[in-house]
Amino acid sequence: MTDPVYITEALIAEDIEAYLNLHQHKSMLRFITCGSVDDGKSTLIGRLLYDSKMIFEDQLAALENDSKKVGTQGQEIDFALLVDGLAAEREQGITIDVAYRFFSTEKRKFIVADCPGHEQYTRNMVTGASTADLAVILIDARKGVLTQTRRHSYLAHLIGIRHIVLAVNKMDLIGYDQAKYDAIVADYAAFAASIGIEQFTAMPISGFKGDNITAPSENTPWYSGPTLMGHLESVEVNTAAEAAGEFRMPVQWVNRPNLDFRGFSGLISNGTVRKGDAVRVLPSGKTSVVTRIVTLDGDLEEAVAGQSVTLCLADEIDCSRGDVLAAADAPPQVADQFEASLVWMADEPLVPGRAYWLKLASQTVSVTVSQPKCTINVNTMERLAAKTLELNAIGLAEITTDRAIVFEPYADSRTLGGFILIDKISNATVAAGMLNFSLRRAQNVHWQALDVTREAHARLKGQSPAVLWFTGLSGSGKSTIANLVEKKLHALGKHTFLLDGDNVRHGLNKDLGFTEADRIENIRRVGEVAKLMTDAGLIVLTAFISPFRAEREIVRAMLPEGEFFEVFIDTPLEEAERRDVKGLYKKARSGALKNFTGIDSPYEAPEKPEIRVDTMRETPEEAAERIVALIIGDWMPVI
Amino acid sequence: MAGTTMSDPVSKSTLTHIQRLEAEAIHIMREVVAEATNPVMLYSVGKDSAVMLHLARKAFYPSPPPFPLLHVDTTWKFKAMYELRERMAKESGMELLVHQNPEAAERGINPFDHGPLHTDMWKTEGLKQALDKWGFDAAFGGARRDEEKSRAKERIFSFRTASHGWDPKNQRPELWNIYNARKNKGESIRVFPISNWTELDIWQYIRLNDVPIVPLYFAAKRPTFEWEGGLFMADDLPRLEKVLGYRPEITERSIRFRTLGCFPLTGAVESNATTLNEVIQETLLTTTSERQGRVIDKDAGGAGMEVKKQQGYF
Repeated sequence: MTDPVYITEALIAEDIEAYLNLHQHKSMLRFITCGSVDDGKSTLIGRLLYDSKMIFEDQLAALENDSKKVGTQGQEIDFALLVDGLAAEREQGITIDVAYRFFSTEKRKFIVADCPGHEQYTRNMVTGASTADLAVILIDARKGVLTQTRRHSYLAHLIGIRHIVLAVNKMDLIGYDQAKYDAIVADYAAFAASIGIEQFTAMPISGFKGDNITAPSENTPWYSGPTLMGHLESVEVNTAAEAAGEFRMPVQWVNRPNLDFRGFSGLISNGTVRKGDAVRVLPSGKTSVVTRIVTLDGDLEEAVAGQSVTLCLADEIDCSRGDVLAAADAPPQVADQFEASLVWMADEPLVPGRAYWLKLASQTVSVTVSQPKCTINVNTMERLAAKTLELNAIGLAEITTDRAIVFEPYADSRTLGGFILIDKISNATVAAGMLNFSLRRAQNVHWQALDVTREAHARLKGQSPAVLWFTGLSGSGKSTIANLVEKKLHALGKHTFLLDGDNVRHGLNKDLGFTEADRIENIRRVGEVAKLMTDAGLIVLTAFISPFRAEREIVRAMLPEGEFFEVFIDTPLEEAERRDVKGLYKKARSGALKNFTGIDSPYEAPEKPEIRVDTMRETPEEAAERIVALIIGDWMPVI
Repeated sequence: MAGTTMSDPVSKSTLTHIQRLEAEAIHIMREVVAEATNPVMLYSVGKDSAVMLHLARKAFYPSPPPFPLLHVDTTWKFKAMYELRERMAKESGMELLVHQNPEAAERGINPFDHGPLHTDMWKTEGLKQALDKWGFDAAFGGARRDEEKSRAKERIFSFRTASHGWDPKNQRPELWNIYNARKNKGESIRVFPISNWTELDIWQYIRLNDVPIVPLYFAAKRPTFEWEGGLFMADDLPRLEKVLGYRPEITERSIRFRTLGCFPLTGAVESNATTLNEVIQETLLTTTSERQGRVIDKDAGGAGMEVKKQQGYF
């Protein structure tokens, strides 16, 4: 064997110092392999590990053993067994999750994200692709370009991978037929052009036999292009491209060990920064000059994209986690409304209008997502109308953030254009997104600084503001009890106001219906009104079904800690239906009323309400007494 | 002194893989400190822990790392490990917390009589106890994806339920370098900043940064005995004798360790590698994979580590 990878062993034995110095200067390439088990993906990765000597003898012995037991290659080594990790996967013979593998040659260290191929694992592939410099799209030479080839290519392109390798695998099974290979490549080229892939590198290989993996194959004399390994060793990595851009560094953490030192720590995402450079803090727009680039190993004169550093500035300007330090004369944009591409990753579909957390670099903000403009069928690239996004769906939607964020289009910066959405209740990562462009510049709507503060309003009234948020099924007794509580508070000289669901729907919210999205908007508006009233110093009582936990939590988050009291009027559905004060349950049961909570729309009971009223054991009068006592006694100091 | 990664001249297009791995680990550590309420760094005194500690010092310099070190002790570690532990805590200016499972101590759990139960009680249970005791909501661990197959699929931010369970089928997707550190009360995350490092990267980093490691990684004449087909070091002969019930036959051999755990669970290899370069050379030319020296992976067939992790082992 004269493969370059085997030369290393001799060097290690003869001159370890020289070897280590060589290895130390290797660069790193991250890539993804797309294809299904049938395409020989795991076999190919196993082959790369094997050919770069990343498999130890004991692993090889275990592999030979396993190959005979569960392998699919008869008596030959089944490389796929090397890479299929989780026990469940080994049994089922499929790759479910993304697995990361490592190998290195003389020139580079490689990290391979091994991603599953089936459509139901779109999210896994997108995950693996998000950090990749290159994608290897595997095709079974016997089958040619398939639906899944198109899907994988589209996803790789969507996530912005610049280097695409079309690996036509299993060439041994078609007798290394050049004509068939050329036809497949031509077929793929036509498709690639249609979705905007400008260039790709095609190669005929066999992962199983090792053709054109590390050495040019004698079986394909008609092919003069690079081997797979040779290509992986020479393509340009992303950090090189990122280093060429304008300087950007999202601030992760302010380093303040004592009063004499204040540094801003972060990973430089683009460009270069030098001592003495003028920088701008976004979103505030203030400028300063870099005085030091601090590391444990001593100050640096300059630092580039991909390095984690701590910067000191000449001026004491406001800058904290979430801000972005950028080249003063070429700052990124600031906006609060965007068009974004979304990949939905959760079992629970997107709820348009619901608030999610958006995390982009070190910024975390509350956002709402509009109804999608369309979804994209990843098999046909067709754009379809859609009301929501389900698991693995890809769509375009508008996103509105609750405050302006610093961003760049994803095409210009993965760091400042890529984001995740997080469910506010479960904290699950529900979507990955890419900002395409801002829909408008954030307008300079600054908060009007008020001279008469909310504290002053409250002091004059001799009370602390609060929101008593009554929630429960229709007919549970919310309005009745809230009314009694208000009367009692009023009698005690407290300034109160009751916002009732039915009344608000006649005025402020008369444009809203009862779909999930409208219910969410209804609660959002009521929350905002309640908040303004607490700013005025009032004790606000609200009586709304407010069936969704997420929305109640959003209102809680709007208010200062300790001012939100969730009052759960706990009446069983059967009892509420039996009472049926307004005759609504009857209508709902007959089908005359749609989206009725408890019947054909869910009610999510509070998990830890501040106050719970069991109406089967307590009369409205008793409950009201208890609530008032709780509010006045435990909590309401006069400030 | 072979120079340091950061002060190497950086040409624009080619950050080395070591520089990129370092920057990634530092970024991860800073994210945790910014978002977690009460983070801790698990410190096992092995070479991976040594690298983790060094990275933490770099990430927050000139501040000391703003979290304590936690050693989940089994009382069966090598003496040299306890010595380095004390020294590093002092040098880094970090608080050192040590936890020993009181129940395991009371029942006299040891690696000879109790086999897998030893790991379960001292390490798995001990770790859960310690995290609950101090209320840590994020714990840094030095696991690497190249060590073992099920680790190859674990996230960098690995979410744990309130009872410390890991659900490999229900992991949060992890995109770009955006980490979701949000969790509900009682839940916690394990964070693995050196997930993407290989064993060679660890050695390279130690060499480039002069990271102090336990001398047992280097070959020296040491008292050894054979037990159940493996070669072990008699680090504490009286104690060994007590547990084994007999005095093992001691032979002086030139040995070193590829990994360090409890001295009766960690097999030694005969070696003459006394310098870092020689150790790395031997590592690269060796024919057995790293964890071979440890007994833990072989329990429960091929899925040993996966099962342990679902139970809360690191």
